[in-house]
Amino acid sequence: MTAGPAHRAPSLVAADLRAGYPGRVVVDGLGLALPQRAVTVVVGANACGKSTLLKTLARALRPLGGAVLLDGVDIATVPSRRLAQSLGMLPQDPVAPEGLCVADLVGRGRHPHHGWFERWSAADDAAVAEALAATGTADLADRHVDELSGGQRQRVWIAMALAQDPDVLLLDEPTTFLDLTHQLEVLDLLRELNRARGTTVVMVLHDLNLAARYADHLVVMADGGVLAEGPPADVVTPEVLHAAFRLDALVVEDPVTGAPMVVPRSAAPIRIADGGHQGVEAPVRLASPKNR
Amino acid sequence: MSAAVVATPAVPRAAGVAAPAEVRAGRRRRRRREATVTAGALALVVVGVVAGLSLGDYALAPGEAWAALTGAGDALDRTVLWELRLPRAALAVVVGAALALAGGVFQTVFANPLASPDLLGVSGGATVAAVWALLVAGATGAGVTLAAFAGAAVVAGGLLALTRGRDLSGHRFVLTGVAVAFMASGAVGYLLSRAQVRAAQSALVWTAGSLGAARWGEVALVAGALVLALPGLVAGGRVLRALQLGPLAATGLGVRVERARAAVLAVAVVLVAGATSVVGPVAFVALTAPPLARRTVGTGSPALPAVAAVGAVIVLAADLVAQHAVPGVAVPTGVVTGAVGAPYLLWLLARGARS
Repeated sequence: MTAGPAHRAPSLVAADLRAGYPGRVVVDGLGLALPQRAVTVVVGANACGKSTLLKTLARALRPLGGAVLLDGVDIATVPSRRLAQSLGMLPQDPVAPEGLCVADLVGRGRHPHHGWFERWSAADDAAVAEALAATGTADLADRHVDELSGGQRQRVWIAMALAQDPDVLLLDEPTTFLDLTHQLEVLDLLRELNRARGTTVVMVLHDLNLAARYADHLVVMADGGVLAEGPPADVVTPEVLHAAFRLDALVVEDPVTGAPMVVPRSAAPIRIADGGHQGVEAPVRLASPKNR
Repeated sequence: MSAAVVATPAVPRAAGVAAPAEVRAGRRRRRRREATVTAGALALVVVGVVAGLSLGDYALAPGEAWAALTGAGDALDRTVLWELRLPRAALAVVVGAALALAGGVFQTVFANPLASPDLLGVSGGATVAAVWALLVAGATGAGVTLAAFAGAAVVAGGLLALTRGRDLSGHRFVLTGVAVAFMASGAVGYLLSRAQVRAAQSALVWTAGSLGAARWGEVALVAGALVLALPGLVAGGRVLRALQLGPLAATGLGVRVERARAAVLAVAVVLVAGATSVVGPVAFVALTAPPLARRTVGTGSPALPAVAAVGAVIVLAADLVAQHAVPGVAVPTGVVTGAVGAPYLLWLLARGARS
């Protein structure tokens, strides 16, 4: 089991998706085809529906309308175990039971590969060892998860997702609570996994500059729909930033990677009802995301 | 760590290779640890049973007890042993195991150390239904058990429906159960006040949780519930491992969370109902046994065999104390477990309040 594009690259598509919670529609009429074998990053203002979208893609939420299609098949009809073999998800704040050590946590990623009464096999041990090695956490194998630092913990959870060995990995803000160095470390790791294994990576990120730096494909959400998507260089523009984040910003070239880099000037003036005061620049009107 | 501040974004990977063999060795080591703890608890069960067979107004030395057990010894010895002490010890073992397993399942499913069937009112539901069956419907034996099962199932089902898709980790969820438990004790009080004095008297002893009425029939009932639950627990142990990581991560691992919760809770309800219908609500066993067992094992495993053994030890020990601590005065077993368990609950709450 060596690194290599051993993965199938199933297509993951949200078709006319309506999602949210009973009595509260958060995502509406959203259409999105996630590029295969690429790193896709979803960004958007707070409460724009990006987390809801991710959960619905992972079948943690049932769509209120439309469907999520994996290789053209509605995921609602795929047996859970088979789905988990090709679609993995790392939530924002997963919990590890007290006393659980790293190797055992990573081992729990093997869950979808076991039947009801199947025993643990040598292949499982190999998958765990490989996931530990790939994430640089081999020397943590016997440590307790609850005594790790934030950065170590995140890598260990990613190792669990690797042991699961999905074709598509969904991550909800994998860098929250981490300092900048560890954020870069986690994102480097994810990109490396994408390049080496061909795993399709889809993640929600908060930081626009990191999103622009690491995304092959950037999706900007606003008001429960996709406002813009494409390569970061095409998507990260002052107009889009203004519309999605009410942010008045300059976009320059990242001197390290050449990716677009956002330099905020200020929050855009907020219009309160028909207050007579006009800002220096008239704010871009938000195009209704429903008809994109 | 300080060097990382000046490092380039490409942080060097931590060294170290995990060979599959090392992974396997570590896994085996932790399994052995769990097995050792389970074996230790089982040894304590044996000690407790032996003590239970020997102690009492009619004292039997372990040797005499063994003789009576194997069919030798005099007739009185044999009667005391086979008709009184052995069923009582056996009942303590199966009731302890059943309650502890139910508690272990509840706490894992709801990811909340306070979520035991007694605090959530599930035992209360079983108690109400059982008291009703005893006093009003005139049921006995399996009839009472079935009623208890229905009562526990109604409460557990209601809890699942109420908490669907909500956060279950906090105290608020537990307060829902506390409200149910209060309603249940009110209903029991009402049923008792309406009943004939003699019937009420026997039901009252039962509501405190007592092993005094142990006969082989009762043992068989609880053992039956355990046997019924066993396949579910074997299969459920796997699901519990995924559920321990939180509902979202479990979903990512291919567990249908709502369905899985309902299934393993149904198993736990069988256990609660079986035990409660026979001995009444023996308080706090379901709350205390699982964390005690799991902390001792210390590997983050649901450790259901160890949980069951520790539950058996707790009820055996509590019953010995209840019978023999104050010479001449036997108190219901539930009084003893309550006296030990309530301080533990206070400690849990105090700790939760700080964090």
